[in-house]
Amino acid sequence: MNPDTQNPSPPGREAIPEEGGAAAPPAASRAIRLRVPRWLDPVFRTATAAAACLVLLLIAAMGAVLYSKGHLATTTFGLRFLWSQAWDPVKGDFGALPAIFGTVVSSAIALFIATPIALGVAIFLTEMAPPWLSKPVGLAIEMLAAVPSIIYGMWGLFVFAPFLAARVEPALQFIAGGLPLFEGAPMGIGMLPASLILAVMILPFISSVMRDVFALVPAVAKESAYGLGATTWEVVRSVVIPHTRSGVLGAIFLGLGRALGETMAVTFVIGNAHRISPSLLAPGCTIASTLANEFSEAISDLHVASLIQLGFILFLITTFILACAKLLLWRIEAQVKGR
Amino acid sequence: MARDRGLYLRRRVANGAMHVLALLSALFGLVWLFWILTVLVQKGVPAINWDFFTKLPTPPGTPGGGLANAVAGSLMITLLATLIGVPAGVLAGTYLAEFGRKNALARVARFVSDVLVSAPSIVVGVFVYAVVVMPLHGFSGFAGAVALAIIMVPVVIRTTEEILNLVPDSLREAALALGAPHWKVILSVCYRRALAGMTTGILLAVARVSGETAPLLFTALNSPFWSPSLAKPVATLNVTLFNYAMSPYDDWRNLAWGAALLITLGVLFATILARVVVGRIRI
Repeated sequence: MNPDTQNPSPPGREAIPEEGGAAAPPAASRAIRLRVPRWLDPVFRTATAAAACLVLLLIAAMGAVLYSKGHLATTTFGLRFLWSQAWDPVKGDFGALPAIFGTVVSSAIALFIATPIALGVAIFLTEMAPPWLSKPVGLAIEMLAAVPSIIYGMWGLFVFAPFLAARVEPALQFIAGGLPLFEGAPMGIGMLPASLILAVMILPFISSVMRDVFALVPAVAKESAYGLGATTWEVVRSVVIPHTRSGVLGAIFLGLGRALGETMAVTFVIGNAHRISPSLLAPGCTIASTLANEFSEAISDLHVASLIQLGFILFLITTFILACAKLLLWRIEAQVKGR
Repeated sequence: MARDRGLYLRRRVANGAMHVLALLSALFGLVWLFWILTVLVQKGVPAINWDFFTKLPTPPGTPGGGLANAVAGSLMITLLATLIGVPAGVLAGTYLAEFGRKNALARVARFVSDVLVSAPSIVVGVFVYAVVVMPLHGFSGFAGAVALAIIMVPVVIRTTEEILNLVPDSLREAALALGAPHWKVILSVCYRRALAGMTTGILLAVARVSGETAPLLFTALNSPFWSPSLAKPVATLNVTLFNYAMSPYDDWRNLAWGAALLITLGVLFATILARVVVGRIRI
């Protein structure tokens, strides 16, 4: 605590208006600046601290409100809600399993596709491309993250889906033969298209975090390896990646957190069917797409409560995954700073 | 000797192959960006004309019409969200950078805002539905603005803190040594020095929420008319785009492409501008 704030101000302090600082003539300004009120210090500090607390309050309120407003679904269905496949607004029977299944499967496939490519992009940008190339390419890749989700959705529905239906999906069926994974009519709408678009959307997030953690590797470590005659790839494989393992994992978790909650793009192309199908070409749904599609049209209290309960489940999953991502990234920062 | 040469060759080949793969990954990313942007320009440009900005939407089947109400609604809601979200975010970011560099509150707040930055926006929509729409018994533009503000806050917090951290401590110490109180140092020295960076952060946050649709779906809802009151449902470009793109009418889909082009150009322009400014900042 500043001692000045406890003591009464010397006479004359309040005589000059505090706001006068900017408008006062230059000759007086030095005297005025010394007379800025000190009691504002604790006020300002408290205001900023309150704003910081607001964030904590926000996440706590989100959890509490979503849980309590979805409570009707819990009391009606109990834990059965989690593994029931029913979704019948007319009869009032709801289950979360198809939505959870769709969320997890689409994100997992997206991650499976996006991770190696993001790793390639990050290696290209940090270790291979000269600065004149890596800057614009890096910016362009980040633009992929700036394109709004709904644009991916619209493009996916009107451009990418017909392309998939005409070219890619028949080819997959031809190659994979009678596997149940690729059964059904190739429509371009379903789990696979949603996963592919998700992969493109999370690619820039994963690669930019990977690029940042790769930049944390001390140049000396890399140069010593080069000095021993290692090739670029050997440096990446034996120095850069082992050095940044938790950061790379953090980047993957971050991408996973993004993919799980991605809404608009998925809503356009996943087909929105509440059923679990072994085929990747069949329509499905995710938690987020179900919310986007049905929330504003849900009428019965139970339907709304079930949707909010779905939102609560999504909130829990993504918060957990994102917290893991953050912890992993903190660990690597601490490692670098501790050196 | 021959074995050595084989090893050498294998290492060269592995290195070359990895170079090619890395290059292909980068190209892979660029191809999508190029593809999406080309389609947007091809389909969006014909849809944008004077009517787009001045006329109300027409019923399906009637040609013409525009999205004037949605453009206005988007601007209104984004402005209100900025007015709510930016002060809160700047204050909290100031706490993290100036007062709570190492204390527990700051550490937890930093962690939580990092989690919230990537949190699904649709969950924010559901939350605002529960705390604003349900108690007020109706969808409203105000609820949409609150939802967007909640998404903005963590973005503004993180950029504000990062930029303020770039202000050298020697400046703060010099001002404090001259007898200035802490709040005065922050307002007149730190903020002034960090102004360009903080503006950039706000710009990025605005760009981020301008592309958001999910949190508006069941807060601001939609409306085919002018919406002068934020207490009623308000049309926004994003939600209109969603409804029109999902509709079976060609006129509406054309308008949706126009809206898509407009939103994307706006967001990309703001993002690139922010990047360029950040690149120039010397603190």
